[in-house]
Amino acid sequence: MKYSKLFLKQLYRTMLRIRLCEESLVEPIIKGEMKGPVHLYTGEEAIATGVCAALSRKDYVFGTHRSHGHYLAKGGTLQKLIAEIYGKETGCSKGRGGSMHIIDPEKGMLGAAPIVAGTISLAVGAALASKIKGEQRVSVSFFGDGATGEGVLYESLNFAALKKLPVIFACENNLYSTHLPIRECRPGKHIFGIGIPFGIMSFQVDGNDVLKVYETTKKAVEICKKNRGPVFIEFMTYRLRGHVGADDNVQGTHTDIRPKEEIARWRKKDPIMKFERFLLKKKIFKKEELERIKKKLKDELQDAHIFAKNSPYPNPEELKKYVFKK
Amino acid sequence: MFLKSRKLQYSLAINEALDQMMSADKFLILLGQGVRSPWYVGNTTQGLFKKFGSRRVIDTPVSENAITGVAVGAAIAGIRSIVVHPRMDFMLYAADPIINQAANWHYMFGGASSVPMVIWAIINRGREQAAQHSQALQAIFTHIPGLKVVAPSNPYDAKGLFISAIKEDNPVLYLDNRWLYEIEGDVPEEIYAVPIGKGKTIRKGKDVTIAASSYMVWEAKKAVNELVKEGINPELIDLRSLKPLDSELLFLSVKKTGRLVVVDEGWQTCGVAAEISALVGENIFASLQAPIRRITLPDSPAPASSALEGVYYPKAKDICEAVRKILKI
Repeated sequence: MKYSKLFLKQLYRTMLRIRLCEESLVEPIIKGEMKGPVHLYTGEEAIATGVCAALSRKDYVFGTHRSHGHYLAKGGTLQKLIAEIYGKETGCSKGRGGSMHIIDPEKGMLGAAPIVAGTISLAVGAALASKIKGEQRVSVSFFGDGATGEGVLYESLNFAALKKLPVIFACENNLYSTHLPIRECRPGKHIFGIGIPFGIMSFQVDGNDVLKVYETTKKAVEICKKNRGPVFIEFMTYRLRGHVGADDNVQGTHTDIRPKEEIARWRKKDPIMKFERFLLKKKIFKKEELERIKKKLKDELQDAHIFAKNSPYPNPEELKKYVFKK
Repeated sequence: MFLKSRKLQYSLAINEALDQMMSADKFLILLGQGVRSPWYVGNTTQGLFKKFGSRRVIDTPVSENAITGVAVGAAIAGIRSIVVHPRMDFMLYAADPIINQAANWHYMFGGASSVPMVIWAIINRGREQAAQHSQALQAIFTHIPGLKVVAPSNPYDAKGLFISAIKEDNPVLYLDNRWLYEIEGDVPEEIYAVPIGKGKTIRKGKDVTIAASSYMVWEAKKAVNELVKEGINPELIDLRSLKPLDSELLFLSVKKTGRLVVVDEGWQTCGVAAEISALVGENIFASLQAPIRRITLPDSPAPASSALEGVYYPKAKDICEAVRKILKI
């Protein structure tokens, strides 16, 4: 095995932390304790985990509406994330952003925002800043397959390629642009091909295989650091819940119109189950060890929820406090 | 106070601000379409490419959305940026990075991150350029929380406000107008700041307050000269910043004169002049002795034909007429 047990444990723990976090939000969403739009990352954990494992702390990440995973994988804390989703002053954005606006600049998570494709050019700009400062930082732009419908993606690919910027375009292809199958949004099956006309090195990998995600990203980081960036990677994956909320079906709105058989098929490719099977089969971990990790994470999550619930709401007198930096 | 002043063109005052600030901050970048070409930006950027190189003076493809986003992202990652839009009309492609991202960024992350950037937009009016080459869209951006908007009228303010905009930790829309580029005025040689949010009384008077910004200050000056000949004593305020607006200066003046004519180079409906009128009406209504008058573009796209342009752009005589009307002369 070319990976240390510690490294594999970290991957497993990060994926599971994201999964358990996302699943712990289901009840508060259904109960209405979390009121804003929450887009769960369940099923896509291997991507954030594998990508961020290939980055160093100083590297940058920009996210989307579905970025809890990116935030946690880059080192953000559960307490600040959950408090933010509850709209509390102790949240990572002091309750001003909610689930779709999460950030941890010290960990290189430079921000998530829900305008589709809206943060792609920002990630390119951060890569430009790194290049001008000579800092050797790589900048990752996470976006979904739906973002391929936005013109700014192509403008960004062109400019990044033109200036050879150290940016990784990380497309999480979960096959749906909200409700519409991506095959009905664009001609051609493979998204990663869009980088090729710009001379961008482009890859497609199984986004549910955390080691493959890690290895491809590691390669992309090296390419960027050799000044041969940018790199485009398409990660094939699937949402195991609806577009928004706990699950469109669970909420009773029945807006998740994806075929049930398709969902069932992808459940079998669950990235965490897949990795667990691998770790057990290779006898790297015993079942009890994995159970212990899970138990610890559950405790951590429970603490985070208690912390968030007990935290104060923002002071109404401070409504306009952050409009401008003083 | 200043070591040395000399006459300088408005456009060269901008050039000097850029040159001096890029020398002072080795990471400050300027990017946008045409930064190497006088066709786009006059002589505002002359010499910069040669002096600071292609890494920091970045001439870009026609991709307003991504390029503005790149400037936002660079600022988030810790280098100050200036993005130029040589025609403000094309900047509408960049509404997302300006409005959704830059303007909201500091707020929506509870102060954890900020966007120290200048969005430099040039208004290019007249000359039969028609509806998509001549728009003054400041009202759209002044409307947005989180953006500051400045509109200097003269070379001194052009340099001083550009320096303040670059030093500012929030996104600033720096709005200028090609009609101003050849105007000359005294400009100090060193780096100095004109504060954002402070207007200036250009002429003291007691009969009526005329408040204007950018190019319209010059039409207002012509109007004042006419009105004085008629025995009217107007007070003229150069707003300099549209947001934050120096309401203190404005209110003090209107309290004294009891009358207000607001002059703006944008359209009338929901425009900057409408906002200023509302502010005065809400706060110091009792001081008003006459209705407020707005001098703006008519609510029409810009025409091409010079025969129509002649009636489209408001001029000094329109300001004079408005003043006479509220003074009942």
